[in-house]
Amino acid sequence: MKENTNEMLLVFDSLPANEGLARITAASFCTQLNPTLEEIADLKTAVSEAVTNCIIHGYENQIKKIEMKLYYREQVLYVDITDHGVGIMDVQKAMEPMYTTKPDKDRSGMGFTFMEAFMDEVEVESETGKGTTVHMKKTIGR
Amino acid sequence: MKEMFKLEGTTLVILVPEELDHPVSDWIRKEAEKLAGRTYIRTIVFDFSQTQFMDSSGVGLLMGRYRSLGMRKGCIQATGVSSHIDRLLHLSGLHRYIEIHRAEEEEKP
Repeated sequence: MKENTNEMLLVFDSLPANEGLARITAASFCTQLNPTLEEIADLKTAVSEAVTNCIIHGYENQIKKIEMKLYYREQVLYVDITDHGVGIMDVQKAMEPMYTTKPDKDRSGMGFTFMEAFMDEVEVESETGKGTTVHMKKTIGR
Repeated sequence: MKEMFKLEGTTLVILVPEELDHPVSDWIRKEAEKLAGRTYIRTIVFDFSQTQFMDSSGVGLLMGRYRSLGMRKGCIQATGVSSHIDRLLHLSGLHRYIEIHRAEEEEKP
């Protein structure tokens, strides 16, 4: 039998207004896997965190392109979110709960913690001066 | 449309919109700071009864307001909280600092 698979790529400007676009697009793509409402809420929060990171930290509020790639293999959904910004010096530190480089901006430092809580796997690939890709994975409809 | 910011004595009630993300949190923070510059605010109540989506920007907004009101017990309250938002508040540890009231239909008997 043929494998159930589908793939999409969305490229958009790093404007805060596009955070909503990204998470609604992800949610809409995911409905093909017949998710629960909770799974949709989890995915939307995780996507929102990753895109906010690109805007605030990766590009430091400059307007450049963010790429969001979504694909699934059977019931496993993969989300890759990429910026070509400043990169993360210490990924391990950045992923610690409550750690933020911008506490004055009311940033909670919970972004990666939420991604890890709401997705099955989160992996961060980053190079200083080159950019960052967050790979996330979640099995839908378990 | 219902007013988003309502002053009741020294309490500011904020009717949080359907989605509390990064741009909305920034906007609410600016508005709340403007109000706080004009009048004494002792307590802020975040009414989440209309809210379907929140991320860590919303957590940052609540944390920031908690600090700005002097980190007093009960100075920040969250009402009408759904299970998804309740999960975010617990994951971030905010439930230790703010008063949380769950949405009525979800409250356990």
